[in-house]
Amino acid sequence: MRKILLLAAASLALATAASAQTVKVSVTAIVEHPALDAVRDGVRDGLGEAGYKEGENLEFTYESAQGNTATAAQIAREFVGDNPDVIVPISTPSAQAVAAATRDIPVVFTAVTDPVSAGLAKSNEEPGGNVTGVSDLSPISDHVALIKELVPDAESIGFVYNPGEANSVVLLDLFKKAAEEQGLSVVEAPANKSADVQAAARSAVGKVQALYVPTDNTIVSALESLIGVAEENDIPLVSGDTDSVERGTLASVGFNYYQVGKETAEVVVRVLKGENPGTIPVTFASGTDLVVNRKAAEAMGVDLPQAVLDRASKVIE
Amino acid sequence: MSAIAFWGAVELGLVYGFVALGVFLAFRILDFPDLTVDGSFPLGAAVAAVALTAGWNPWLACFIAALGGAACGLVTAFLNVRFGILNLLASILTMIALFSVNLRIMGRPNMAVLNRDTVITPFYDLGLPDHLVRPLVLAVLIIIAVLLLARFLGSDFGLAMRAAGANPRMARANGVDVGRQIYVGMGLSNALTGLAGALFAQVSGFADVTSGVGTIVVGLASVIVGETLFRSRAMLIALAACVIGSVIYRIAVQLALSADLLYLKPSDLNLVTAVLVALALILPRLRAGRRVAR
Repeated sequence: MRKILLLAAASLALATAASAQTVKVSVTAIVEHPALDAVRDGVRDGLGEAGYKEGENLEFTYESAQGNTATAAQIAREFVGDNPDVIVPISTPSAQAVAAATRDIPVVFTAVTDPVSAGLAKSNEEPGGNVTGVSDLSPISDHVALIKELVPDAESIGFVYNPGEANSVVLLDLFKKAAEEQGLSVVEAPANKSADVQAAARSAVGKVQALYVPTDNTIVSALESLIGVAEENDIPLVSGDTDSVERGTLASVGFNYYQVGKETAEVVVRVLKGENPGTIPVTFASGTDLVVNRKAAEAMGVDLPQAVLDRASKVIE
Repeated sequence: MSAIAFWGAVELGLVYGFVALGVFLAFRILDFPDLTVDGSFPLGAAVAAVALTAGWNPWLACFIAALGGAACGLVTAFLNVRFGILNLLASILTMIALFSVNLRIMGRPNMAVLNRDTVITPFYDLGLPDHLVRPLVLAVLIIIAVLLLARFLGSDFGLAMRAAGANPRMARANGVDVGRQIYVGMGLSNALTGLAGALFAQVSGFADVTSGVGTIVVGLASVIVGETLFRSRAMLIALAACVIGSVIYRIAVQLALSADLLYLKPSDLNLVTAVLVALALILPRLRAGRRVAR
């Protein structure tokens, strides 16, 4: 018995000694889908590049709430109990759950469209408290301009989104504003769950010359059914994120979520080095990647303008 | 599992304990499979979020949320009693309508309650750590609810309600107005769920229209887990069992979350939760089966 106790004490001492140099970063997302998973991987790799390597001096944990907000609240409390150096919540509800659960542990949210209206930051310049992060607000007017360039005779654009997602509603307002400025009208195609995406897209057929899908968790997780409708009816489909272009949308300009994760990691590193998160301004994810999909162009009956092809940072064949 | 995680699970279990009490009323007392709760839970959260943002007293916000929940239950009861729509279908209709209603109430799908005064705020001055204050306040609230409900179900009116659920024909023959019992029972059931939603928004920092998904499953699981652990005909114990069932359900989820020892991935969470709840349901039955076999 005494031996066991001694052994336990020794291993405990060892563990505390090791943890002196090890940093602990806990990551959580509301749901698992390719874009959010890419953010997570970006955070991990970004930390690695900054010298925090998993298995050496970084303890990296990840939990998904599988779409359930009560689980998100439980994950938040579990993380707070583990007392990590930084908590990185991905998406709005996860970030709110974590922010409600701790007033001390630094929080670096990411993939939140509008941190101020989500109650996470007092202002984007000075978030206040223990929270800062990265916003994934899409470069919306660039998207409208891209649609205009790809479909010169477009008059109205179908906007496929879930009215139940906070981010998407913000994006819809911005999109309408940008489209109006560029002389285009917007037709809403709402889908409350992934099973409704196809029907929503069909409802826009005949009314629009192009379709647009924002960074909407529901729609993006059922992207293939939307692509099917676009290809069937020769309607060009532009997406808000570049990851979706690889899955078969026509084109997008913006950031990829892996890059967003890396930008988040930079903020995490600043916090790890001792900066106060409340005074770090919210970062807006950047990136001017233009990605086009030649195969999708053929399927959707679009002649890709040479100017677009010349500018593209990546052409998917 | 850390202490904070454990008490966090207790806290959410107590919040969902109000849902369990509501589901017990509808499902066990009235024999009414009620999916309205998937809509009245986020409705309660939405109403509370809007009220708190407008600077209302948090207790008043809870009260209005409970009233809103009651209204949802009454709509379902109305469709069922007045027009004879099958109870399950009536509740599904209300539930899907509530999704749009909740979007209207908040004006957007997600609303922050962070940095607002809640019913818990004044108790933070007790000198206890935050993660203990929340479950403590909630425990007091739910004990009051359980006592009041037990009292209600033991009254003449409550006994008539139990009769209406157990055997509507017999109850009718004895002069019980079964329709009225369904109105009151469903109103009360969803008022409890609306209150749960309001409390959820306050302890989790946000109201989100998607937060209702699966509420009925959680409520039912809590009721059944509670019943399996505490078999009793005494109403007070049956009600308390629902609350304890809800807390156990949350602790099971917490275990599933921290079960990274067994080669489990985060994506396995729902599966692990289902297995844990199923085990809670199966084990007593196996024990009983062996007794019978003997």
